[in-house]
Amino acid sequence: MVTRGFSSGRKPPTDTDARIPPGQYLEQGFPVLSAGPTPHVRTEDWSFTLKHGPRPIKKWNWAEFNALPLTKMTRDIHCVTAWTKFDTAWQGVLVDDILADAGIEPPTAFTLALGFDGYSTNVPTKDLTGGKAMVALLYEGKPITPDHGGPARLLVPHLYFWKSAKWLNGLQFTERDEPGFWELRGYHIYGDPWREQRYTNDP
Amino acid sequence: MSDAPAAQSPWQTVTITRIQKRTPRVTSFFLQPSRPFVYHAGQHVDVRLTAPDGYQARRSYSIASAPETGETIELAIEKLEDGEVSPFFHEIAAVGDEVELRGPLGGHFVWSDGDGGPLLLVGGGSGVVPLMSMVRHRAMRGSLVAATLVFSARVWDEVIFRDELIDLAERRDGFDLVLTLTREPARRPADHARRVDAAMMVQAMTRLPAPPKLAFVCGSNAFVTAAAEALIDAGVPAALIRTERYGV
Ligand SMILES: Cc1cc2nc3c(=O)[nH]c(=O)nc-3n(C[C@H](O)[C@H](O)[C@H](O)COP(=O)(O)OP(=O)(O)OC[C@H]3O[C@@H](n4cnc5c(N)ncnc54)[C@H](O)[C@@H]3O)c2cc1C
Repeated sequence: MVTRGFSSGRKPPTDTDARIPPGQYLEQGFPVLSAGPTPHVRTEDWSFTLKHGPRPIKKWNWAEFNALPLTKMTRDIHCVTAWTKFDTAWQGVLVDDILADAGIEPPTAFTLALGFDGYSTNVPTKDLTGGKAMVALLYEGKPITPDHGGPARLLVPHLYFWKSAKWLNGLQFTERDEPGFWELRGYHIYGDPWREQRYTNDP
Repeated sequence: MSDAPAAQSPWQTVTITRIQKRTPRVTSFFLQPSRPFVYHAGQHVDVRLTAPDGYQARRSYSIASAPETGETIELAIEKLEDGEVSPFFHEIAAVGDEVELRGPLGGHFVWSDGDGGPLLLVGGGSGVVPLMSMVRHRAMRGSLVAATLVFSARVWDEVIFRDELIDLAERRDGFDLVLTLTREPARRPADHARRVDAAMMVQAMTRLPAPPKLAFVCGSNAFVTAAAEALIDAGVPAALIRTERYGV
């Protein structure tokens, strides 16, 4: 349906079309969205735990985690509130390298990302491995600020950005695909921006 | 050929039935849905505009009306200079026009009278919109849940829904209004003339019969960050604070 009087003044140059998923627009800034107050997690208090169900597999403190191999990832990100930002530059530890350090293969097909604020979000394990996702520690070369999820956030750039959980403190392997915080509150269980899977009943 | 009904697009066409200027920068748009639309106070909708060449812009807007108001939903949109969608509403949209809408959306920043209280609501500028829906819902349900709204605006004339809020507060049925103006002196005895801070939150809470069961904070990202920190400094547990950030 064409909206009377609305014109495409902001239409992005066609050479960027292929990078903007349906219903998204290009954003230059970096908007902040979250469900509650911003936790200020000190790196002294920070830890990261890998779990299988309730059982911890391995736990790292800040220094131990920073000693893992660091990888650079520059990716376009897509927020469900409809902005897309090109070429965001992150550095962190690939989920593959976390698993390698723990000496395990992924034990289940599903994972919950857990945050210090009690937030959780579910991601199929295969979307986290194979170089697809990392626990990011730096944004544009600097420590990630608290409002953007620092000290450490998940980065799963090929899914809507709520899946890239802020203030991350662990990954938990689950037997079933268990909806996380936003997924229980109306957002899509998988969240592929290219299929526009924003809300629960989207195909 | 299948007999299955065609999958319904989650988008629906809504018609603008009334436009009402609220403040110099904020205007309310009343929309008539074409399909039944049931929502909770605090939820938002996505609005989509389409250009003749197929280009689309979409933005989220909170619902200002209460679920009890009937079919029409009210959005209150602040005009951002150089914005794409909000200037369209202010400068071009007219009564009788149609836009596309989907929703209601959001299952976290919601309140129903059955959720109880006391409630502490903190809004900055157009961030008052979803809180207005909660305040109206409370009033229309005849709820006696204690609720205090701390509303920060730049000046008296930018206090969105001002007369309605003052009228509701004058009912003295448990709803209380604290206005704080950041660029003008306070006008009413209990009001302030500064940015929100912990002392203001402590004072707002002394007006509630018991510590808040839930706090809702909405506005720009900078406002929400400051207000949520003020609440925490005032002793409100982080787990009770729900935020809605307008992103910019
Ligand atoms: C859940 C939710 C609820 C919301 N509820 C409300 C509400 O009730 N009322 C309300 O008023 N708003 C609300 N918002 C904000 C709303 O969604 C829009 O962000 C807002 O209206 C601005 O949109 P816009 O298209 O006018 O501006 P945009 O085009 O998004 O621009 C925003 C600002 O950035 C600048 N800008 C960004 N990109 C460009 C560019 N390419 N060219 C030029 N300038 C640019 C503009 O100068 C402008 O000032 C809500 C947001 C969320 C997430």
